[in-house]
Amino acid sequence: MISTILIIGGGQAGAQAIDTLRREGFGGRLVLIGDEAELPYQRPPLSKKYLSGEMTADRLLFRHRAFYDEHRVELKLGIQAVRLDAAARQVELADGEKLSYDRLLLCLGAGSRQLTCPGATLPGVHYLRGLSDVAPIQAAFKPQARVVIVGGGYIGLETAATCRQIGCEVTVLEMADRIMNRVVAPLVSEYFAREHRMHGVNIVCDMRVVRLEGACRVERVVCADGSSHAADLVIVGVGAIATTELASTAGLACDNGIVVDEYCRTSDAAIYAAGDCTNHPSLRFGRRVRLESVDNAFEQAKTAAFNLLDRRVAHDRVPWFWSDQFDNKLLIVGLSQDYDRQVLRGDPASRSFSVCYLKGRELLAVEAVNHSKDYMAARKLIAERALLNPEKLGVSEVSLKDSI
Amino acid sequence: MAKIVFTEPGGGRREIDAPVGITLMEAARQNGVQGVVAQCGGACACATCHVYIDASWLARLEPREEMEEGMLEMAWEPRDNSRLSCQVQITADLDGLQVTVPQRQR
Repeated sequence: MISTILIIGGGQAGAQAIDTLRREGFGGRLVLIGDEAELPYQRPPLSKKYLSGEMTADRLLFRHRAFYDEHRVELKLGIQAVRLDAAARQVELADGEKLSYDRLLLCLGAGSRQLTCPGATLPGVHYLRGLSDVAPIQAAFKPQARVVIVGGGYIGLETAATCRQIGCEVTVLEMADRIMNRVVAPLVSEYFAREHRMHGVNIVCDMRVVRLEGACRVERVVCADGSSHAADLVIVGVGAIATTELASTAGLACDNGIVVDEYCRTSDAAIYAAGDCTNHPSLRFGRRVRLESVDNAFEQAKTAAFNLLDRRVAHDRVPWFWSDQFDNKLLIVGLSQDYDRQVLRGDPASRSFSVCYLKGRELLAVEAVNHSKDYMAARKLIAERALLNPEKLGVSEVSLKDSI
Repeated sequence: MAKIVFTEPGGGRREIDAPVGITLMEAARQNGVQGVVAQCGGACACATCHVYIDASWLARLEPREEMEEGMLEMAWEPRDNSRLSCQVQITADLDGLQVTVPQRQR
């Protein structure tokens, strides 16, 4: 009999698990423990409309407080779970309170990878992960403020676009030879670099930061080639690391994330995990992955909730991602590793195009820029393991769903 | 405030007082209206906040943009009165709006 389920982590996954557990009829004690003080909220707007001030904090909430009351969810927010005793099935909180569980769900998320060079801890150096990170950045915002962004990935570029829209002078320093190099094709990198430059963002690639300097706060960023970039504000977006400490010290198997199976079960039969913190099998792509995405957090949490209630449901989804930069929407579906051919559909100059990744005739992934039709069609085709006709595929007048 | 009446997939009726300026999706999600999944949270990236707008209200809404059109093509049972609720802004003019949530999302 499962009478108590604890969820640690009040992000996308934690919020979704609550929803599914109650909708699927779990009537027992349900406790959500989260180290952030806010009710569960969505993170994607933090680098976009929330950062710009266009969106208020209450609009970030997944649910109003009344929802949690109505569904009898005990909220323990603003407090950290400091110890997990898997043998005793007990979690200890920072204030000493001990909570016993029948089943536990870990939705620990990921934390920002820290810059370690000299000067990295100077005041004025910021990371953007949670709601509380935003206000200190906004406090330094003003037109003409010089913002240096370290890292040309999703967070860095979305933040760059937002800062530029506010009127800041923005420089992005990327270590690799192109922006978003780990997630998109060179053609898509080029397109976005062009868009950023057109809006006045200074994008510098092949540039490694070696130290940050300043008297009492950061004043400049110095790179390996000796160049120096004046900064009123530095924002670091150099990747994320799965949060696993609670799990690993409790003896759960961890390897770039908490290791779970397709049912979201960890190496302990009473403990499940979902979201950014997991290393999980992708059934569609036949290998283990760790994904940082809203979609994965949502879907794994749903799957975990079913399995927490002993309903065997496997997590078998095609992952998808998106990014908004200026008025561009990048939509990505699938995983592009192991492809042997890229096919371009449409013309980047038209500001609407997509890049398809094929292995033989099988569609593995699509990166769609301002092209929701190709993206939506690809979601279905990739899930179905559809075999495409590469000749038709390259003709943008033929719809993607008809390119078979 | 604008009163919005949602009909949920099971036939349940939910009346919500939504503040002007938020989206129809946000009003549904914060109040836990069944069937409005809204996975991407309003980025027009997932098509899981698909709803049917009562035909008599359609003219009062801003028309769909191209991104939304593309998304809706692959939504579950799209109709002429289909909208992604994240793309509909609540205005005072929409007081009394009738919305039906599809049986499923995708």
